[in-house]
Amino acid sequence: MEFVKQTLLLLWKDLLLELRRRDSLLTMFFFGTLLLFVFHFSFDLPPDRVAEMTPALLWLAFLFTGTLGLTQLFQVERENHCLEALLLSPLDRGALFLAKSCFNLLLMFLVEAVVMPLFWILFNLQGWNLLPQLFLVTLLGTVGFCVLGTIMSAITLRARARELLLPLVLFPLMIPVILATIRCMETIMSAGELGAAWSWLRLLLGFDIIFVTVGILMFDRVIES
Amino acid sequence: MALISIAIGLYWGLVIAPPDAYQGEVQRIMYLHLPSILAAYLSYFLVFIGSCMYLWKRERRDDILAHSAAEVGVLFTALTIIEGSIWGRPTWGVWWTWDARLTLTAILLLIYTGYLMLRSLIEDEDRAASVAAVLGVIGFLDIPLIHMSVYWWRTLHQPPSILQPNKAPWENIAWPLLIPLLINIAAFLLLLFYLLSLRYRLGEMRDQIRTRRLEQSV
Repeated sequence: MEFVKQTLLLLWKDLLLELRRRDSLLTMFFFGTLLLFVFHFSFDLPPDRVAEMTPALLWLAFLFTGTLGLTQLFQVERENHCLEALLLSPLDRGALFLAKSCFNLLLMFLVEAVVMPLFWILFNLQGWNLLPQLFLVTLLGTVGFCVLGTIMSAITLRARARELLLPLVLFPLMIPVILATIRCMETIMSAGELGAAWSWLRLLLGFDIIFVTVGILMFDRVIES
Repeated sequence: MALISIAIGLYWGLVIAPPDAYQGEVQRIMYLHLPSILAAYLSYFLVFIGSCMYLWKRERRDDILAHSAAEVGVLFTALTIIEGSIWGRPTWGVWWTWDARLTLTAILLLIYTGYLMLRSLIEDEDRAASVAAVLGVIGFLDIPLIHMSVYWWRTLHQPPSILQPNKAPWENIAWPLLIPLLINIAAFLLLLFYLLSLRYRLGEMRDQIRTRRLEQSV
Protein backbone atom coordinates (compact mmCIF):
# COMPACT_ATOMS: atom_id res chain seq x y z
CA MET A 1 0.00 0.00 0.00
CA GLU A 2 2.82 2.32 0.98
CA PHE A 3 4.40 1.59 -2.40
CA VAL A 4 1.30 2.71 -4.32
CA LYS A 5 1.02 5.83 -2.19
CA GLN A 6 4.64 6.77 -2.83
CA THR A 7 4.24 6.17 -6.56
CA LEU A 8 1.14 8.34 -6.76
CA LEU A 9 2.80 11.08 -4.73
CA LEU A 10 5.84 11.15 -7.00
CA LEU A 11 3.64 11.06 -10.08
CA TRP A 12 1.61 13.97 -8.72
CA LYS A 13 4.82 15.94 -8.18
CA ASP A 14 5.87 15.44 -11.79
CA LEU A 15 2.42 16.24 -13.13
CA LEU A 16 2.24 19.43 -11.09
CA LEU A 17 5.62 20.55 -12.36
CA GLU A 18 4.57 19.75 -15.92
CA LEU A 19 1.31 21.64 -15.51
CA ARG A 20 3.20 24.72 -14.37
CA ARG A 21 5.94 24.57 -16.97
CA ARG A 22 4.47 22.61 -19.88
CA ASP A 23 7.97 22.06 -21.33
CA SER A 24 7.84 18.42 -22.31
CA LEU A 25 4.22 18.09 -23.37
CA LEU A 26 4.22 21.10 -25.68
CA THR A 27 7.53 20.27 -27.33
CA MET A 28 6.56 16.62 -27.78
CA PHE A 29 3.18 17.49 -29.20
CA PHE A 30 4.65 20.05 -31.56
CA PHE A 31 7.42 17.72 -32.68
CA GLY A 32 4.93 14.90 -33.34
CA THR A 33 2.79 17.13 -35.54
CA LEU A 34 5.86 18.45 -37.30
CA LEU A 35 6.92 14.90 -38.14
CA LEU A 36 3.55 14.24 -39.79
CA PHE A 37 4.17 17.19 -42.08
CA VAL A 38 7.69 16.03 -42.85
CA PHE A 39 6.37 12.55 -43.68
CA HIS A 40 3.73 14.01 -45.91
CA PHE A 41 6.20 16.08 -47.91
CA SER A 42 8.73 13.27 -48.20
CA PHE A 43 6.27 10.62 -49.43
CA ASP A 44 3.45 12.53 -51.12
CA LEU A 45 1.46 9.32 -51.75
CA PRO A 46 -2.21 8.66 -52.59
CA PRO A 47 -4.38 7.68 -49.56
CA ASP A 48 -4.64 3.96 -50.40
CA ARG A 49 -0.86 3.57 -50.45
CA VAL A 50 -0.45 5.62 -47.28
CA ALA A 51 -2.75 3.14 -45.50
CA GLU A 52 -0.12 0.41 -45.95
CA MET A 53 2.54 2.57 -44.35
CA THR A 54 0.40 4.08 -41.60
CA PRO A 55 1.53 1.80 -38.73
CA ALA A 56 5.20 2.25 -39.59
CA LEU A 57 4.96 6.03 -40.00
CA LEU A 58 2.94 6.46 -36.81
CA TRP A 59 5.40 4.41 -34.83
CA LEU A 60 8.37 6.29 -36.23
CA ALA A 61 6.72 9.49 -35.06
CA PHE A 62 6.01 8.03 -31.61
CA LEU A 63 9.54 6.68 -31.24
CA PHE A 64 11.09 10.05 -32.02
CA THR A 65 8.72 12.09 -29.85
CA GLY A 66 9.03 9.50 -27.08
CA THR A 67 12.82 9.76 -27.16
CA LEU A 68 12.51 13.51 -26.97
CA GLY A 69 10.39 13.13 -23.85
CA LEU A 70 12.77 10.58 -22.31
CA THR A 71 15.80 12.85 -22.63
CA GLN A 72 13.88 15.42 -20.59
CA LEU A 73 12.56 12.88 -18.09
CA PHE A 74 15.16 13.39 -15.38
CA GLN A 75 15.91 17.00 -16.31
CA VAL A 76 13.92 18.41 -13.37
CA GLU A 77 15.84 16.16 -11.01
CA ARG A 78 19.19 17.27 -12.38
CA GLU A 79 18.53 20.89 -11.53
CA ASN A 80 19.33 21.95 -7.95
CA HIS A 81 20.39 18.41 -6.95
CA CYS A 82 16.79 17.28 -6.64
CA LEU A 83 17.76 13.72 -7.51
CA GLU A 84 20.08 13.50 -4.50
CA ALA A 85 17.28 14.80 -2.28
CA LEU A 86 14.89 12.21 -3.66
CA LEU A 87 17.43 9.44 -3.09
CA LEU A 88 18.05 10.61 0.48
CA SER A 89 14.37 10.43 1.33
CA PRO A 90 13.09 7.04 2.51
CA LEU A 91 11.37 6.31 -0.79
CA ASP A 92 11.21 2.94 -2.47
CA ARG A 93 13.33 3.19 -5.64
CA GLY A 94 10.83 0.97 -7.40
CA ALA A 95 8.15 3.58 -6.72
CA LEU A 96 10.39 6.24 -8.22
CA PHE A 97 10.79 4.11 -11.33
CA LEU A 98 7.08 3.41 -11.62
CA ALA A 99 6.15 7.06 -11.13
CA LYS A 100 8.60 8.21 -13.79
CA SER A 101 7.38 5.56 -16.24
CA CYS A 102 3.74 6.48 -15.63
CA PHE A 103 4.51 10.15 -16.07
CA ASN A 104 6.20 9.55 -19.39
CA LEU A 105 3.41 7.18 -20.40
CA LEU A 106 0.84 9.86 -19.66
CA LEU A 107 2.70 12.42 -21.76
CA MET A 108 3.03 10.05 -24.71
CA PHE A 109 -0.58 8.97 -24.31
CA LEU A 110 -1.75 12.57 -24.61
CA VAL A 111 0.46 13.19 -27.63
CA GLU A 112 -0.72 10.00 -29.33
CA ALA A 113 -4.36 10.82 -28.65
CA VAL A 114 -3.92 13.96 -30.74
CA VAL A 115 -1.42 12.80 -33.35
CA MET A 116 -3.34 9.68 -34.41
CA PRO A 117 -6.61 11.41 -35.41
CA LEU A 118 -4.54 14.18 -36.96
CA PHE A 119 -2.77 11.59 -39.10
CA TRP A 120 -6.15 10.31 -40.35
CA ILE A 121 -7.23 13.84 -41.21
CA LEU A 122 -4.00 14.96 -42.87
CA PHE A 123 -3.64 11.83 -45.00
CA ASN A 124 -7.38 11.48 -45.79
CA LEU A 125 -7.54 7.93 -44.47
CA GLN A 126 -10.68 5.78 -44.25
CA GLY A 127 -11.65 3.48 -41.40
CA TRP A 128 -12.18 5.84 -38.48
CA ASN A 129 -13.99 3.02 -36.65
CA LEU A 130 -10.70 1.08 -36.33
CA LEU A 131 -9.07 3.91 -34.43
CA PRO A 132 -9.98 2.71 -30.89
CA GLN A 133 -8.49 -0.75 -31.51
CA LEU A 134 -5.36 0.72 -33.06
CA PHE A 135 -5.06 3.08 -30.15
CA LEU A 136 -5.26 0.19 -27.69
CA VAL A 137 -2.39 -1.64 -29.42
CA THR A 138 -0.38 1.58 -29.53
CA LEU A 139 -0.97 2.02 -25.82
CA LEU A 140 0.44 -1.44 -25.06
CA GLY A 141 3.50 -0.68 -27.17
CA THR A 142 3.89 2.68 -25.47
CA VAL A 143 3.92 1.00 -22.06
CA GLY A 144 6.87 -1.13 -23.19
CA PHE A 145 8.62 1.90 -24.65
CA CYS A 146 8.17 4.01 -21.51
CA VAL A 147 9.21 1.29 -19.10
CA LEU A 148 12.42 0.35 -20.90
CA GLY A 149 12.96 4.00 -21.83
CA THR A 150 12.83 5.09 -18.20
CA ILE A 151 15.45 2.52 -17.24
CA MET A 152 17.70 3.56 -20.13
CA SER A 153 17.17 7.23 -19.40
CA ALA A 154 18.37 6.63 -15.84
CA ILE A 155 21.28 4.50 -17.06
CA THR A 156 22.55 7.24 -19.35
CA LEU A 157 21.87 9.96 -16.77
CA ARG A 158 25.50 10.64 -15.88
CA ALA A 159 27.06 9.87 -19.26
CA ARG A 160 28.59 12.42 -21.56
CA ALA A 161 26.41 13.14 -24.63
CA ARG A 162 23.54 11.31 -22.92
CA GLU A 163 20.88 12.63 -25.30
CA LEU A 164 22.75 10.94 -28.14
CA LEU A 165 23.53 7.80 -26.23
CA LEU A 166 19.95 7.14 -25.11
CA PRO A 167 18.49 6.10 -28.49
CA LEU A 168 21.65 4.11 -29.25
CA VAL A 169 21.13 1.81 -26.29
CA LEU A 170 17.33 1.95 -26.31
CA PHE A 171 16.35 1.27 -29.92
CA PRO A 172 18.00 -2.15 -30.41
CA LEU A 173 16.28 -3.37 -27.25
CA MET A 174 12.95 -1.98 -28.45
CA ILE A 175 12.81 -4.12 -31.59
CA PRO A 176 10.28 -6.67 -30.23
CA VAL A 177 7.91 -3.83 -29.32
CA ILE A 178 8.32 -2.07 -32.65
CA LEU A 179 7.77 -5.28 -34.64
CA ALA A 180 4.84 -6.47 -32.53
CA THR A 181 2.90 -3.18 -32.52
CA ILE A 182 3.37 -2.57 -36.22
CA ARG A 183 2.30 -6.13 -37.15
CA CYS A 184 -0.76 -5.90 -34.87
CA MET A 185 -1.77 -2.55 -36.37
CA GLU A 186 -1.26 -3.83 -39.91
CA THR A 187 -3.50 -6.82 -39.23
CA ILE A 188 -6.18 -4.62 -37.71
CA MET A 189 -6.08 -2.21 -40.64
CA SER A 190 -6.25 -4.93 -43.30
CA ALA A 191 -8.61 -7.42 -41.64
CA GLY A 192 -10.57 -5.13 -39.34
CA GLU A 193 -9.74 -7.28 -36.31
CA LEU A 194 -6.74 -8.77 -34.57
CA GLY A 195 -7.27 -12.35 -35.79
CA ALA A 196 -3.90 -13.95 -36.51
CA ALA A 197 -1.96 -11.23 -34.71
CA TRP A 198 -2.94 -12.50 -31.25
CA SER A 199 0.46 -14.08 -30.71
CA TRP A 200 2.09 -10.70 -31.40
CA LEU A 201 -0.16 -9.12 -28.82
CA ARG A 202 0.85 -11.76 -26.29
CA LEU A 203 4.51 -11.06 -27.03
CA LEU A 204 3.86 -7.37 -26.41
CA LEU A 205 2.12 -8.09 -23.10
CA GLY A 206 4.96 -10.39 -22.08
CA PHE A 207 7.51 -7.67 -22.86
CA ASP A 208 5.59 -5.14 -20.78
CA ILE A 209 5.27 -7.46 -17.80
CA ILE A 210 8.92 -8.59 -17.88
CA PHE A 211 10.37 -5.10 -18.01
CA VAL A 212 8.00 -3.56 -15.46
CA THR A 213 9.20 -6.26 -13.06
CA VAL A 214 12.86 -5.86 -14.00
CA GLY A 215 12.56 -2.09 -13.62
CA ILE A 216 11.02 -2.23 -10.16
CA LEU A 217 13.58 -4.76 -8.97
CA MET A 218 16.71 -3.23 -10.48
CA PHE A 219 16.08 0.48 -10.37
CA ASP A 220 17.95 1.05 -7.12
CA ARG A 221 21.08 -0.32 -8.85
CA VAL A 222 20.58 2.07 -11.75
CA ILE A 223 19.90 5.26 -9.92
CA GLU A 224 22.26 5.06 -6.94
CA SER A 225 25.10 7.55 -7.02
CA MET B 1 47.91 -23.38 -28.01
CA ALA B 2 44.91 -21.57 -29.45
CA LEU B 3 46.89 -20.63 -32.55
CA ILE B 4 48.13 -24.17 -33.09
CA SER B 5 44.67 -25.69 -32.78
CA ILE B 6 43.23 -23.11 -35.17
CA ALA B 7 45.99 -23.94 -37.65
CA ILE B 8 45.19 -27.65 -37.43
CA GLY B 9 41.45 -27.03 -37.65
CA LEU B 10 41.79 -24.71 -40.61
CA TYR B 11 44.12 -27.03 -42.50
CA TRP B 12 41.77 -29.95 -41.93
CA GLY B 13 38.69 -27.94 -42.80
CA LEU B 14 40.10 -26.12 -45.80
CA VAL B 15 42.30 -28.77 -47.36
CA ILE B 16 41.58 -32.30 -46.13
CA ALA B 17 37.79 -32.28 -45.73
CA PRO B 18 35.81 -33.01 -48.92
CA PRO B 19 33.78 -30.15 -50.44
CA ASP B 20 30.04 -30.01 -49.84
CA ALA B 21 27.84 -31.96 -52.28
CA TYR B 22 25.62 -28.97 -53.13
CA GLN B 23 27.55 -25.85 -52.26
CA GLY B 24 31.05 -26.95 -53.27
CA GLU B 25 34.16 -25.24 -51.96
CA VAL B 26 32.35 -22.21 -50.58
CA GLN B 27 30.84 -24.30 -47.84
CA ARG B 28 34.27 -24.40 -46.18
CA ILE B 29 33.49 -21.00 -44.66
CA MET B 30 31.30 -22.96 -42.26
CA TYR B 31 34.47 -24.07 -40.46
CA LEU B 32 34.96 -20.44 -39.43
CA HIS B 33 31.41 -19.16 -39.41
CA LEU B 34 29.88 -21.57 -36.92
CA PRO B 35 32.75 -21.53 -34.40
CA SER B 36 32.89 -17.74 -34.35
CA ILE B 37 29.18 -17.30 -33.68
CA LEU B 38 29.37 -19.92 -30.93
CA ALA B 39 32.26 -17.99 -29.38
CA ALA B 40 30.20 -14.78 -29.63
CA TYR B 41 27.17 -16.38 -27.93
CA LEU B 42 29.37 -17.73 -25.18
CA SER B 43 30.91 -14.32 -24.54
CA TYR B 44 27.48 -12.65 -24.30
CA PHE B 45 26.52 -15.30 -21.80
CA LEU B 46 29.67 -14.39 -19.86
CA VAL B 47 28.65 -10.69 -19.97
CA PHE B 48 25.37 -11.72 -18.39
CA ILE B 49 27.05 -13.86 -15.71
CA GLY B 50 29.61 -11.14 -14.94
CA SER B 51 26.90 -8.47 -14.74
CA CYS B 52 24.71 -10.54 -12.43
CA MET B 53 27.65 -11.35 -10.16
CA TYR B 54 28.70 -7.70 -10.08
CA LEU B 55 25.24 -6.51 -9.12
CA TRP B 56 25.11 -9.12 -6.43
CA LYS B 57 28.62 -9.08 -4.91
CA ARG B 58 30.09 -5.78 -6.14
CA GLU B 59 33.50 -7.18 -6.91
CA ARG B 60 35.75 -5.53 -9.46
CA ARG B 61 36.74 -8.81 -11.11
CA ASP B 62 33.15 -9.56 -12.19
CA ASP B 63 32.88 -6.16 -13.82
CA ILE B 64 36.19 -6.60 -15.63
CA LEU B 65 34.98 -10.01 -16.83
CA ALA B 66 31.73 -8.53 -18.19
CA HIS B 67 33.53 -5.67 -19.91
CA SER B 68 36.17 -7.93 -21.48
CA ALA B 69 33.58 -10.47 -22.61
CA ALA B 70 31.50 -7.72 -24.24
CA GLU B 71 34.50 -6.47 -26.21
CA VAL B 72 35.51 -9.94 -27.37
CA GLY B 73 31.89 -10.79 -28.13
CA VAL B 74 31.50 -7.76 -30.39
CA LEU B 75 34.68 -8.78 -32.20
CA PHE B 76 33.42 -12.33 -32.83
CA THR B 77 29.97 -11.12 -33.87
CA ALA B 78 31.48 -8.72 -36.40
CA LEU B 79 33.67 -11.57 -37.71
CA THR B 80 30.63 -13.82 -38.02
CA ILE B 81 28.71 -11.24 -40.00
CA ILE B 82 31.63 -10.64 -42.35
CA GLU B 83 32.20 -14.37 -42.92
CA GLY B 84 28.47 -14.86 -43.31
CA SER B 85 28.15 -12.26 -46.02
CA ILE B 86 31.13 -13.72 -47.90
CA TRP B 87 29.32 -17.07 -47.73
CA GLY B 88 25.94 -15.56 -48.55
CA ARG B 89 27.08 -13.83 -51.72
CA PRO B 90 27.78 -17.03 -53.76
CA THR B 91 25.05 -19.22 -52.18
CA TRP B 92 22.12 -16.84 -51.74
CA GLY B 93 23.23 -14.29 -54.33
CA VAL B 94 23.25 -11.36 -51.91
CA TRP B 95 25.64 -9.97 -49.30
CA TRP B 96 22.90 -9.29 -46.83
CA THR B 97 19.29 -10.27 -46.43
CA TRP B 98 16.73 -9.53 -43.71
CA ASP B 99 16.44 -13.09 -42.54
CA ALA B 100 15.64 -13.76 -38.89
CA ARG B 101 18.99 -15.10 -37.79
CA LEU B 102 20.98 -12.47 -39.65
CA THR B 103 18.84 -9.76 -38.16
CA LEU B 104 19.22 -11.21 -34.68
CA THR B 105 23.01 -11.28 -35.04
CA ALA B 106 23.06 -7.70 -36.27
CA ILE B 107 20.87 -6.61 -33.35
CA LEU B 108 23.22 -8.36 -30.94
CA LEU B 109 26.08 -6.39 -32.45
CA LEU B 110 24.11 -3.16 -31.99
CA ILE B 111 23.13 -3.93 -28.38
CA TYR B 112 26.66 -4.74 -27.27
CA THR B 113 28.21 -1.88 -29.23
CA GLY B 114 25.77 0.33 -27.31
CA TYR B 115 26.97 -1.33 -24.11
CA LEU B 116 30.60 -0.51 -24.93
CA MET B 117 29.73 3.08 -25.88
CA LEU B 118 27.86 3.53 -22.62
CA ARG B 119 30.93 2.39 -20.72
CA SER B 120 33.24 4.71 -22.59
CA LEU B 121 30.99 7.74 -22.08
CA ILE B 122 30.73 7.55 -18.28
CA GLU B 123 33.79 8.86 -16.50
CA ASP B 124 33.07 7.62 -12.99
CA GLU B 125 34.29 3.99 -13.11
CA ASP B 126 32.06 2.56 -10.37
CA ARG B 127 29.02 4.28 -11.76
CA ALA B 128 29.84 2.97 -15.25
CA ALA B 129 30.30 -0.54 -13.89
CA SER B 130 26.98 -0.48 -12.10
CA VAL B 131 24.81 0.84 -14.93
CA ALA B 132 26.62 -1.29 -17.51
CA ALA B 133 25.85 -4.36 -15.40
CA VAL B 134 22.17 -3.45 -15.47
CA LEU B 135 22.34 -3.02 -19.24
CA GLY B 136 24.17 -6.35 -19.52
CA VAL B 137 21.35 -8.12 -17.67
CA ILE B 138 18.53 -6.33 -19.51
CA GLY B 139 20.17 -6.90 -22.90
CA PHE B 140 20.46 -10.59 -22.21
CA LEU B 141 16.86 -10.88 -20.99
CA ASP B 142 15.70 -9.11 -24.13
CA ILE B 143 17.42 -11.59 -26.47
CA PRO B 144 14.72 -14.32 -26.26
CA LEU B 145 12.04 -11.71 -27.05
CA ILE B 146 13.99 -10.32 -29.99
CA HIS B 147 14.63 -13.89 -31.13
CA MET B 148 10.91 -14.72 -31.09
CA SER B 149 9.85 -11.53 -32.81
CA VAL B 150 12.35 -11.70 -35.66
CA TYR B 151 11.59 -15.40 -36.20
CA TRP B 152 7.88 -14.73 -36.53
CA TRP B 153 8.79 -11.91 -38.81
CA ARG B 154 10.74 -13.98 -41.35
CA THR B 155 13.07 -16.92 -41.89
CA LEU B 156 15.39 -17.81 -44.78
CA HIS B 157 18.62 -18.97 -43.19
CA GLN B 158 19.27 -22.70 -43.48
CA PRO B 159 18.09 -24.52 -40.34
CA PRO B 160 20.77 -25.37 -37.76
CA SER B 161 23.16 -27.81 -39.42
CA ILE B 162 24.01 -30.04 -36.52
CA LEU B 163 21.68 -29.61 -33.59
CA GLN B 164 18.18 -30.47 -34.76
CA PRO B 165 15.27 -31.86 -32.78
CA ASN B 166 14.50 -35.62 -33.22
CA LYS B 167 17.90 -36.37 -34.71
CA ALA B 168 21.23 -37.19 -33.17
CA PRO B 169 23.95 -34.69 -34.17
CA TRP B 170 26.04 -37.27 -36.03
CA GLU B 171 23.17 -38.17 -38.38
CA ASN B 172 23.09 -34.69 -39.87
CA ILE B 173 26.65 -34.28 -40.97
CA ALA B 174 29.22 -36.68 -42.39
CA TRP B 175 32.18 -37.59 -40.22
CA PRO B 176 34.87 -36.12 -42.51
CA LEU B 177 33.11 -32.75 -42.21
CA LEU B 178 32.27 -33.01 -38.55
CA ILE B 179 35.79 -33.67 -37.31
CA PRO B 180 37.39 -30.44 -38.62
CA LEU B 181 34.29 -28.52 -37.50
CA LEU B 182 34.65 -29.81 -33.95
CA ILE B 183 38.38 -29.06 -33.97
CA ASN B 184 37.64 -25.54 -35.12
CA ILE B 185 34.97 -25.03 -32.49
CA ALA B 186 37.43 -26.12 -29.83
CA ALA B 187 40.08 -23.88 -31.37
CA PHE B 188 37.81 -20.85 -31.41
CA LEU B 189 36.81 -21.41 -27.83
CA LEU B 190 40.49 -21.55 -26.91
CA LEU B 191 41.04 -18.34 -28.85
CA LEU B 192 38.10 -16.78 -27.02
CA PHE B 193 39.53 -17.66 -23.64
CA TYR B 194 43.00 -16.48 -24.68
CA LEU B 195 41.68 -13.06 -25.82
CA LEU B 196 39.48 -12.88 -22.77
CA SER B 197 42.37 -13.53 -20.41
CA LEU B 198 44.49 -10.88 -22.17
CA ARG B 199 41.70 -8.36 -21.96
CA TYR B 200 41.04 -9.30 -18.35
CA ARG B 201 44.71 -8.73 -17.44
CA LEU B 202 44.48 -5.33 -19.12
CA GLY B 203 41.42 -4.45 -17.04
CA GLU B 204 43.20 -5.48 -13.85
CA MET B 205 46.23 -3.38 -14.76
CA ARG B 206 44.03 -0.37 -15.45
CA ASP B 207 42.50 -0.81 -12.02
CA GLN B 208 45.93 -0.99 -10.41
CA ILE B 209 47.04 2.19 -12.15
CA ARG B 210 43.87 3.90 -11.01
CA THR B 211 44.33 2.96 -7.36
CA ARG B 212 48.02 3.91 -7.48
CA ARG B 213 47.14 7.33 -8.90
CA LEU B 214 44.57 7.78 -6.16
CA GLU B 215 47.14 6.85 -3.51
CA GLN B 216 49.65 9.30 -4.95
CA SER B 217 47.18 12.13 -5.04
CA VAL B 218 46.23 11.42 -1.43
